[in-house]
Amino acid sequence: MDFQIALLLGQDGLTNGAIYALLALALVLVFAVTRVIFIPQGEFVAYGALTLAMLQAGKLPATLWMIAALGAAIVVIDGAIAIRHGAARRLPRIVLSNLGVPLALLLIVPNINAAGLPLIAQIALTLAVVVPLGPMIYRLAYQPIAEAPVLILLIVSVAVHVVLIGLGLLFFGAEGTRTPAFTDGTLDLGVTMLQYQTLWILAISAVLIVALYAFFGRTLYGKALRATALNRTGARLMGISTTMAGKLSFTLAAMIGTFSGILISPITTLYYDSGFLIGLKGFVGAIIGGLASYPVAAAGALLVGFLESYSSFYASAYKEVIVFTLIIPVLLWRSLTSHHSEEEE
Amino acid sequence: MNASDARPVLLEAKDLSVAYGKVEALHKVSLTIREGEIVTVIGPNGAGKTTLLSCLMGLLPGQGEVSYVGRSLGNDFEVEERVGLGLTLVPEKRELFSDMSVEDNLLLGAFDRYRRGDRDFATTMNEVYGIFPRLRERASQMAGTLSGGERQMLAMGRALMAKPKLLMLDEPSLGLAPLIIREIFRIVSGLREMGVSVLLVEQNARAALQVADFGYVLETGEISLEGPSKELANDPRVIEAYLGLGGKH
Ligand SMILES: Nc1ncnc2c1ncn2[C@@H]1O[C@H](COP(=O)(O)OP(=O)(O)O)[C@@H](O)[C@H]1O
Ligand SMILES: [Mg+2]
Repeated sequence: MDFQIALLLGQDGLTNGAIYALLALALVLVFAVTRVIFIPQGEFVAYGALTLAMLQAGKLPATLWMIAALGAAIVVIDGAIAIRHGAARRLPRIVLSNLGVPLALLLIVPNINAAGLPLIAQIALTLAVVVPLGPMIYRLAYQPIAEAPVLILLIVSVAVHVVLIGLGLLFFGAEGTRTPAFTDGTLDLGVTMLQYQTLWILAISAVLIVALYAFFGRTLYGKALRATALNRTGARLMGISTTMAGKLSFTLAAMIGTFSGILISPITTLYYDSGFLIGLKGFVGAIIGGLASYPVAAAGALLVGFLESYSSFYASAYKEVIVFTLIIPVLLWRSLTSHHSEEEE
Repeated sequence: MNASDARPVLLEAKDLSVAYGKVEALHKVSLTIREGEIVTVIGPNGAGKTTLLSCLMGLLPGQGEVSYVGRSLGNDFEVEERVGLGLTLVPEKRELFSDMSVEDNLLLGAFDRYRRGDRDFATTMNEVYGIFPRLRERASQMAGTLSGGERQMLAMGRALMAKPKLLMLDEPSLGLAPLIIREIFRIVSGLREMGVSVLLVEQNARAALQVADFGYVLETGEISLEGPSKELANDPRVIEAYLGLGGKH
C-alpha cells in the first residue's frame, strides 16, 4: 500500500466512521434513556435517503402515508384512553399533536413541485416526513411496555426492524438510489483529492455532535434526559415524565438517522435494506462504549470506520466479518473489567 | 377545638389501602394535612410509612380517597401531574442524579416549572442556597461524592426548587449523625414559615414530634393513635413504644 492509497482509505474510513459515530451516539442515547436496544436505528438512514430521492424524483414519498397512518393509530389509542379517564377535553390536543404535521404535509407536498425546490428545502421536508416516525414508533411499540426487561424490549426492536424493512421494500421498491451531492466536485489537496461531499459529511457530523453535546450539557431538557438515564424514579419525582423522555430520545435518534442517510446518499447507493448493516456498525461502536459512554462510543465507531476501510483493501471479501469480529474481543474485555454494580441507591 | 383547625385542608386521605399483590401493606388509613402545618407519621420499620408516601405521590396505586386542595386524586393522576399540582416527595433513598453536579440536581428540581414556562428559578436557587449554605460550596461537585447529610440536604433543596405546597419527607434522619439530624430538623421546622406544608415520616419519633403540629402513629399498616404532637409525646403508649429509654432512639 502506498501513501496515496493509505490516505484515500483513511479518508473513506473517516467519512464512514463519522456516520457510524452519529448512529452510535443515537444508540447510546436511546438505550440510556429507555433501555431499548434500537435495532431499527439504521432504517432511518435508508428511509431518510430514499424519501429525499422520492421527493427529488417528484413523487409523493410513501413515508408520508406511514406517518399519517401511525398518527391516526395513536389518536385512536390515546383518544380511547382519554375518554376512558373522562378527559375528553384532551382530544383536540391529541389529534393536533399526532395528525397535525402529517395532514399539513399531505396537503402541502403534492401541491408544490418538490423536485424543483432547492436542496436545503428538500432536506427540511425529508426531516419533517421521516423524523416523526421516531416518537410514533416509541409511542406504539415501546411505551406500552416501557417497564419490560431489556430482552423483551430487544425482541420488540427486532420486530420493528423487520416491519420497517418490509415496508421499506413496499414503499421504495428494490431499486437503489443515489441523491446528488450537496456540492459537486473535488478539492485537490496535492497529496490527495477530496470530494466536497466528504467535507460536508465531516462538517455536518461535527456540528451535530457539538449540538448534541450542548443540548445535554446546557439545556434543561437535555439534562432531564440525562437525569432519566441516571435515575428514573428521581426524574419522575421532578416531573420529568418517562414517556416524554422516551419520545424525545427517539425523536433525536430519528433525526440523527435521517440526517446520516441524507449525508451519505450522494456517495453510496442506498437500498431499502441498506440501513441495517450501517446501523450495526454504529452498534459495534456503541458496544465499545458499553452502551453508556458517548465519547468512547464515538471513538469506537470511528475505529470501526477505519478498520472497515483498511480491511477492504487487504481482505475485501472479509471486511464485514472483520468489523463484526471486533465485537468479540470488546465483549470479552467488557465482561472481564465490568464489576456488576447494582443500581445505585 | 384546636386553633389550627381553622386552617384550610390541603390534603386529605380517607380509608386509603395499598397492597403489594395480595399482601396489604396499608389498611384504611385516614389523615389530614392543613396548610402551613407539619404533620408527622411515626412508626416502626415495616409499618407502611414509605408505602403511604409512595401512594400519595402516585408511585403506587391505592384504594380509597385522596383529595388535594378539594380535588380528588385518582390512581390515573401520574406522578408528573402531582408534581405540577405542588406535591413533592423526598424519598427514603433520596434518588439523586449522582453523576450530575449539585447545581444541575437543583435545576432539575425546577423542571416542571420550566416546562410550564416559569423561568424565574434563580431566586428559588438563592433561597435554597440560603437554607443550605453547604450546597452552595459544593455547587459544582458531583452529587455522588457528597456525604450522607449533604445528600439529604440536596434532596430537600432539589424538592424545594419545585416550590411545592406539600413537601413529603421520608425518614430524612435515616443514617445521619446526631448533629446533622438536629440541623435537618431545624430546617424542617423553618419550612412552615416559608408557607410549605410538610408530611414528615420518621422512625425518630422524639425529634419528629418536637417539630410537628400533629402526629399519627402507624403500626402494621394501620393508624393506631393520632393527636396533636404535644399530646402524643405525653401519651404513655407512645412513650413506652417510641420514646422510652428502651425505645429505638
Ligand atoms: N415492593 C414491595 N413488594 C412487596 N412488599 C413490600 C414492598 N415494599 C414494602 N413491602 C412491605 O410492605 C410493608 C410496609 O413497608 P414500608 O412501607 O416500606 O414500611 P416503612 O417505610 O414503614 O418501613 C412491609 O411489610 C414491607 O415488607
Ligand atoms: Mg420506609
